[in-house]
Amino acid sequence: MAFNRFVSHKAAVVSVFVMAILVIFVALSPFTARYGVNEAVQAPPNYFLTPRANAWLGTDDIGRDLYSRLIYGVRVSLVIGLFSAVISVVLGCLIGAVAGFRGGRFDDVVMRVTDLFLAFPFLVTLLVMRNVLGSIEWLRPIIGDLSSVRFIIVLFAVFGWMGVARIVRGQVLALKEREFIEAARAVGASRWYIVRRHLLPNSIGPIMVALTFSVVSAIISEATLAFFGYGPQAGDGATSLGILVGAAKSAVNPGFWWLAVFPCLTLVVIALSINFIGDALRDATDPRLQRDS
Amino acid sequence: MLRYVLRRLAWAVPTLLFITFLVYIALRTGTDPVASYKRVNARATPAKIQQYIDANGLDPNYVRGYFRWLGNFLTFDWPRSIKGSREVWPALKDALANTIRLGIAASAVGIVVGLMLGVFAALRPGGRRDVAVNTAAFVGISVPPYVSAILFQLLFAVYWSRWFGSTLFPTAGVYPPGHTGFDLALMAKHMVLPTFVVAIQIIAVYSRYMRSSLLDVLSSEYMRTARSKGISERRVLFKHGLRNALIPVVTIAALDVGAIVGGLIITENIFSYPGMGMYFLTAFGDGDFPLLMPWMVIIVFSTLMFNLLADISYAWLDPRIRLE
Repeated sequence: MAFNRFVSHKAAVVSVFVMAILVIFVALSPFTARYGVNEAVQAPPNYFLTPRANAWLGTDDIGRDLYSRLIYGVRVSLVIGLFSAVISVVLGCLIGAVAGFRGGRFDDVVMRVTDLFLAFPFLVTLLVMRNVLGSIEWLRPIIGDLSSVRFIIVLFAVFGWMGVARIVRGQVLALKEREFIEAARAVGASRWYIVRRHLLPNSIGPIMVALTFSVVSAIISEATLAFFGYGPQAGDGATSLGILVGAAKSAVNPGFWWLAVFPCLTLVVIALSINFIGDALRDATDPRLQRDS
Repeated sequence: MLRYVLRRLAWAVPTLLFITFLVYIALRTGTDPVASYKRVNARATPAKIQQYIDANGLDPNYVRGYFRWLGNFLTFDWPRSIKGSREVWPALKDALANTIRLGIAASAVGIVVGLMLGVFAALRPGGRRDVAVNTAAFVGISVPPYVSAILFQLLFAVYWSRWFGSTLFPTAGVYPPGHTGFDLALMAKHMVLPTFVVAIQIIAVYSRYMRSSLLDVLSSEYMRTARSKGISERRVLFKHGLRNALIPVVTIAALDVGAIVGGLIITENIFSYPGMGMYFLTAFGDGDFPLLMPWMVIIVFSTLMFNLLADISYAWLDPRIRLE
């Protein structure tokens, strides 16, 4: 039933295919990428070549193949997106479920903190808290250096949970009053049992939707940070989608269109596909929408 | 109503103090203002450094330091910026004016076009134009502002001048370099691309809000009642449909200011537009504490005010809601 509704969302089906192809390309990067991440396509002069046979999408300022670098970059971005989304959704579910179920002081504090962070412009919060997290000495061995991929994942996870917590809390508040929860409580089920066996499984739809949107927002946030020079600096010329999009900034004025168009397009295609999948998941799992087809 | 507004305003003061205190701590631990002062003024004497610490309230004790800073801030005794030792208020004032201008232009375009598209889509749900608007909105949401900014610059400035000899729109600043005085037409021309970039996001979001809100209203009972009374379809739509559909949208508009400011920060930076966003990113890059704190105060203050505005407009538009 839910599956049929998902399939009826045509854009989402196309998006699933696009993402599948992308993931396969990225997972098989030893075979799909034509050059190493830091490898020039030919002996100099090799910089700023337009797209051609030995560099399908052209080359960058030091003669590296943009096509291969896009594959490596997307790999890093997808890792960041997936890991930070999973961590923030797990955190958000736990905090949101407890806040909604217990209410009281804990609920108040969590919701005020969430409001506080969501009120600021996102980039400002991200930049300031990046520095705050990075300046805590004893955390350094656990979450890595300011410019490491691990640090970025932790940073996004620390902020990502709030939106999820809000959604799960709303869901739990609505479910809490239903008869089957009352029945469970009447037969003596513990709170933790009710949360685990009834509340979370019944909120699985919105949680899945939140997960997909978390992935997008992490990928876009990484690109934003990298665009302004605060992103991960994966060593040895390694790259991420954000670094490639950031390099587009300086390629505009000389008119090196391929360096701007292809990374931007890749970012948009990824964001659009995941957004469509999330939208279809919402339609498919929301029981109030009875669109039979 | 008046009592409610007054009470909210009274509450805004402790909230503002509390949030600026948190921001103060975050900026102090995150940017280390004393270190960035020493970085710029490498040969500063200990007395100079002490004077800087006093002026900015950078006491080792955070609470005491915060009140110190607050005292200076309230008496308008603002310390000068670290870099270039400039007065903070003139720079902040100019940035604020530029951003407000860009923000109003972009919000006006974005909200008007977005609402119209939303209505357009909701009149025939599931139809071809509904699908078109929905898809376009999805694309708009998925395109980060810097991506659209880069592509616009590439198309309208760089390649346009290659194809047609002259650029269609300038891509940087408010005026061309070297220009002095006020020139509305020139300023408007510089604002076209940044306005459009910010407006895309707003259009995408509002067309979706408006569509779903109007669809909810159209399927409600009182619409059927209005029709059954024999009122013309046009009147039903405008008098009963649109007015009610706008209620949630207006509230969201006031609450969304944070998101719009976020888009402005990114856009301003790409177009070298001297607004609040450029101001923040430059000051943040230099770790310039005297510049950053007043900026934060303005952002927090405007967020609180727009929140209040959202609640008031909600009650004003919907008489069923009582603010007590």
